[in-house]
Amino acid sequence: MTDPASGQARATGATPDPEGRREPIVELERLRFCWHAGAAPVLEIETLRVERGERVFIEGPSGSGKSTLLSLLAGVIVPQQGTLQVSGARLDAMSGSARDRHRADHIGYIFQLFNLIPYLSMIENVTLPCRFSARREAHARARSGTAQAEALRLLAHLGMGDSGLRARPVTGLSVGQQQRVAAARALIGGPSLVIADEPTSSLDAAHREAFLQLLFRECTQAGSTLVFVSHDCSLATLFGRTLHLSAINRAWRCDAGAGIGSAS
Amino acid sequence: MTVFGLAIKSLRNRRFGAALTVLSIALGVMLLLGVERIRSEVRASFASTISGTDLIVGARSGPVQLLLYSVFRLGDPTQSIAFATYEALARHPRVAWTIPLSLGDSHRGYRLLGTTHAYFEHFRYARERGLELEAGRLFDDAFDAVLGAEVAAKLGYRVGDRIIIAHGAGEVSLVEHADKPFRVAGILRRTGTPVDRTVHVQLSGIEAMHEDFQGSGRAKEQDSLPARTRGKAPEAHAAAPTAQAAAPERHATEPEKISAFLVGLKARSAAPAMLRAINEYPDEPLSAIMPAVALQELWQLVGVAETALRVVSVFVLAVCLAGMLTALLSSIEERRREMAVLRSVGARPGQVFGLIVGEAACITLAGAALGLVLLYVLQIAAQNLLAAHLGLFVPLAWPGWQELAALAAVCAAGILIGVVPGVRVYRYSLADGMTIRI
Repeated sequence: MTDPASGQARATGATPDPEGRREPIVELERLRFCWHAGAAPVLEIETLRVERGERVFIEGPSGSGKSTLLSLLAGVIVPQQGTLQVSGARLDAMSGSARDRHRADHIGYIFQLFNLIPYLSMIENVTLPCRFSARREAHARARSGTAQAEALRLLAHLGMGDSGLRARPVTGLSVGQQQRVAAARALIGGPSLVIADEPTSSLDAAHREAFLQLLFRECTQAGSTLVFVSHDCSLATLFGRTLHLSAINRAWRCDAGAGIGSAS
Repeated sequence: MTVFGLAIKSLRNRRFGAALTVLSIALGVMLLLGVERIRSEVRASFASTISGTDLIVGARSGPVQLLLYSVFRLGDPTQSIAFATYEALARHPRVAWTIPLSLGDSHRGYRLLGTTHAYFEHFRYARERGLELEAGRLFDDAFDAVLGAEVAAKLGYRVGDRIIIAHGAGEVSLVEHADKPFRVAGILRRTGTPVDRTVHVQLSGIEAMHEDFQGSGRAKEQDSLPARTRGKAPEAHAAAPTAQAAAPERHATEPEKISAFLVGLKARSAAPAMLRAINEYPDEPLSAIMPAVALQELWQLVGVAETALRVVSVFVLAVCLAGMLTALLSSIEERRREMAVLRSVGARPGQVFGLIVGEAACITLAGAALGLVLLYVLQIAAQNLLAAHLGLFVPLAWPGWQELAALAAVCAAGILIGVVPGVRVYRYSLADGMTIRI
């Protein structure tokens, strides 16, 4: 599954350019972000590139800017300086609503906890991105006929195909089950980038690894790139590449850094 | 549509709390509209009762008092005016018609009105509608009585029945003119005015009825003295459908005094001049009023109470809406994660704002609609009660413009209130980004 030797992207359907580089899904340069004008920057990254099909593990202690980086990648916030390109779009130059549209079309997001909308059914939760993105709806239809059918397919792949389970309100699911539904939602409609924000932190070790394997498999099938954030370094071995945010973020004052883009 | 669908589902998920909020708003709306409906109906019904009358003339008294006892059968005349005065003024060149009114007696709680045929000819209510007979004919005998619709319906009288009049206006009276029974000659069609609650007889009937009474020395005046007495009323009517045979001795006496009279002028523009002339009438102190002016005075008197009622009902509604605000605000904190999830799948901050405002709008709209339904249900249930006790016939009409405006205002207020938590969520959704760590 992993390719620790190269520390670079695994070839998952992406064709390398003459220099051996694949299409970038995330590319940022001289990025600088601070929450308020005049405040100290919380994120200063010289350069960061994630290529199509990569599985990148981003690790860093609290306050190293993980959350900020994820919000930037999702296009919820924009940097004050530098360029930020995600799935071929310059997020730093886009309007708020264009970024929202871009997020709907291109990004799947898995939260640490409480991923599901309590008043929607399991299927409705999974098909939620299709409500906001015609592109993902079309993709899901092309694959399974309807968004619902695609949701069922994904849920079955993730071991949630049992009809008794599906009939249950989502609040009645275990944490692990909820995270699998969240993964199905992030993957539906084939987003080019799946961002996972410590989705395994509430799972025990056995479930954690099983969940990750499922996630990897589905990302591979969907052709999605995975950016996974955690402070649990033990997971890093499962990924193709590990980034220590405290090292690449120059705004991080504590001297806790390891090397940039070091292979795990 | 996406956001609206989510709002509906979210509300369905919290249906118990939402239903309570909807119900409380509905009750507030019902109260507000109900108060407004009764208020406007009281005004309309009062105004319609005197729609054809230009002037009301009585003994010197306050305009409101004169208006109330002469037209609405509320209160009693304190003094009477000479019949000669009435006759003199009735012949005034500017006067088109007059209706003499003699009040003071009653039949089982319903007022007795001594008058002439002019009453049935000229009295107008609800703009241009005249009085019509439902059954029988008008009185042409001193002991004939024409009943208002409610009197007949409530007491179960039919044409030909006999009724006994009590002296004074109380529902129960010891002093009865039992030796002078009246015969029901006719029954009027329902008007929705105090006419329905009146027993009409000829002026001469009142005179004749009081003749023996006077003779017995138990009262000094034959006119409108309210001699309220207490006691149990004996069965006041004897069913005698073929009453023609048993007609008592007739007296075609002309009265000496009457309580008041209604005046119709040849030209309404002459009303102010006529008013002055009557108020300065040399032979007797008189009061003339223009009904519409006196009614305005009455509304000014009761206006404070009306305003108080309206203010209270508006406050009740405000409290209900504040309850919704509290419910929405208290749910916001726990829904921050939900908002972040929505943002993560591409919802714009405006859509997240719309979700919350949409929920507030749904609750308020449902509350307003339910309030309207409850109002009609209550109105249907209370219609008979209102008619019986207040003489108010509140018609089942479509909501008027004012009511629709009030409903629109309630909905607007509800949506506006939804903006408060909406803005909060909007701000959260921008500030929280993708990471909620509560």
